[in-house]
Amino acid sequence: MKLLVNFSRGKGRKPIIAQVVRDTGVLINVERAVIDSSEGEALIDVPDDQCQLVRDSMVGLGATVHILEHGVSLDESECVDCGACISICPREVFTFDRDWKLCIDEKKCVICGKCVEACPSHALTLPV
Amino acid sequence: MHKTISQINERIRDGSARVVTAEEMPAIVAELGEEGALKEVDVVTTGTFGAMCSSGAFLNFGHAEPPIRMERIWLNNVEAYGGLAAVDTYIGATQQSDTREDQYGGAHVLEDLVAGKSVELRASSRGTDCYPRRTITTDLLLENLNQAIMCNPRNAYQRYNAATNTTDRTLHTYMGTLLPGCGNVSYSGAGLLNPLSNDPHLRMIGSGVPIFLCGAQGMVVGEGTQHSPAGGFGTLMVTGDLKQMSQDYLRAATMTGYGVTLYVGLGVPLPVLDLDVVRATAVRDEDISVDLLDYAVPSRSRPVLRKVNYAELRSGSIELNGEEVKTSSLSSFRRARQVAAELKGWVEQGKMQLALPTRPIDAKKASRPMHQSTQGPRVLDIMDRHVVSIREDEEIKTAAKKLLKGETNHLPVINAAGILVGIVTTFDISKAVANPGKAHLVQDIMKTKVITAKPDEAVDIAVQKLEQYNISALPVVDPEHRVLGILTAMNLGKLFGGRWLK
Repeated sequence: MKLLVNFSRGKGRKPIIAQVVRDTGVLINVERAVIDSSEGEALIDVPDDQCQLVRDSMVGLGATVHILEHGVSLDESECVDCGACISICPREVFTFDRDWKLCIDEKKCVICGKCVEACPSHALTLPV
Repeated sequence: MHKTISQINERIRDGSARVVTAEEMPAIVAELGEEGALKEVDVVTTGTFGAMCSSGAFLNFGHAEPPIRMERIWLNNVEAYGGLAAVDTYIGATQQSDTREDQYGGAHVLEDLVAGKSVELRASSRGTDCYPRRTITTDLLLENLNQAIMCNPRNAYQRYNAATNTTDRTLHTYMGTLLPGCGNVSYSGAGLLNPLSNDPHLRMIGSGVPIFLCGAQGMVVGEGTQHSPAGGFGTLMVTGDLKQMSQDYLRAATMTGYGVTLYVGLGVPLPVLDLDVVRATAVRDEDISVDLLDYAVPSRSRPVLRKVNYAELRSGSIELNGEEVKTSSLSSFRRARQVAAELKGWVEQGKMQLALPTRPIDAKKASRPMHQSTQGPRVLDIMDRHVVSIREDEEIKTAAKKLLKGETNHLPVINAAGILVGIVTTFDISKAVANPGKAHLVQDIMKTKVITAKPDEAVDIAVQKLEQYNISALPVVDPEHRVLGILTAMNLGKLFGGRWLK
């Protein structure tokens, strides 16, 4: 399960992710993070059964946590199956099937948004 | 053995014509041989579906009461051509909306009309004795127009060069998003299904030949603009009735950072008259090569990194400098197949008969670059030649003094050999003074990654660099990286003196 974690670094610059890993023992996979002097956003991946535990622990440390049920989504009525997204995606979310129809594997998505910009047909949208 | 066009049309009429797509043809020829394929196959259908910017439509609105001679015309705030008198216009696909920029354009107007949506016409005129009306605003559906005739000056490119990017930043081009450091390769074209690649000598494709255009039965007008078959880049000018078109094969799109374009589905049925047609239509993806160009170079002639064929491009990745690079298509092979398949259905069901060109298209022509009677301004024309520079081993204080004395904000930094090695700005010096640390020498605080200009570079290219990197000066260097001058935003002011405006 993927979680989007937002935190402010104003209050004492707590090492939130490290703290949660130590407290819960859950091995957190950080898939994408943007952290500057005042705030941070991280997309993390945790095992489904420990998702609630990690979430509660993070919230306890002052972070806001969104559980992401979905990755990028494809509007099939807009998609023309060109495949412009395929080489842009860092995680191989997009592939062609045998009939050159575009297929999407949402689970691999790290919601970086690169494909949304690259899609000429406005067929891709991010969940948040 | 050969067949005539009337024999083939007779078979189409009685429903006995054997029609295949260009994708099926190589295997048929491999199995039956060329003679066998000629006997067996009567028609080969081709298809392509991709971004074809040079597209648009003539529209006739009919006369209003009192009548107007429209001079400026907008459809959903997209300006259309007003030089065709009274109530005709041409709307071009890439024209962008006055209000929604690249999110809506001429291509979207065309798609909205085809989708049955209402489009707002707004027009103005100076008013004449015969056409007294000055303005009009009305909502129109496609069915309200007398004519809506798509006429695309440059469609169905025979092939298109593939693109990559060797710079360290993402480029947004008409070839889509190009990731830094050759992070991807983008290409366009239907390869073995492409109409002109199946008739490279233009024996069967020419004026008057019936085609599939965005789901309607259209026609080849003649050679397209920039038609350049000598180098393998033939194009077609085509026309068709917008009222018969389908959204499945006509789609508006936006290439981020480039603008609006129209995806067009186009197919040509080719009569299999003789062995030359059989050989031409047996073309495979691996037989069609294009250059892989580096879009890092903002010039008409971009460097060729390697040759690559459509089989490699469509495999999903190609090898470039010893690395696997992922490829992406901008055109849709799936829809190109659908075009060829639908066209095949039309011919099989007798809905479309074939015709030979009433006027041939030149198969040897080469398109020329623009004749430029005036050269635009170059960097050396406006750069500041009295450039103050500083050695990397001098003290920061010296740099501060030089900046004050030279009344400049940028100091190119050179080494003992006079080669450019960095740049310091007033900002770097202020920072060093405000936070005094271990830094004493210019080399401790200079930026070593310097964006430079060449003296013979067009000023527009230099301006693009200033904008892209959000900087206000470019040292101008010779091939050995010696500083010849500096171009600052101040120098650009010279351009407005009128000297270069003609």
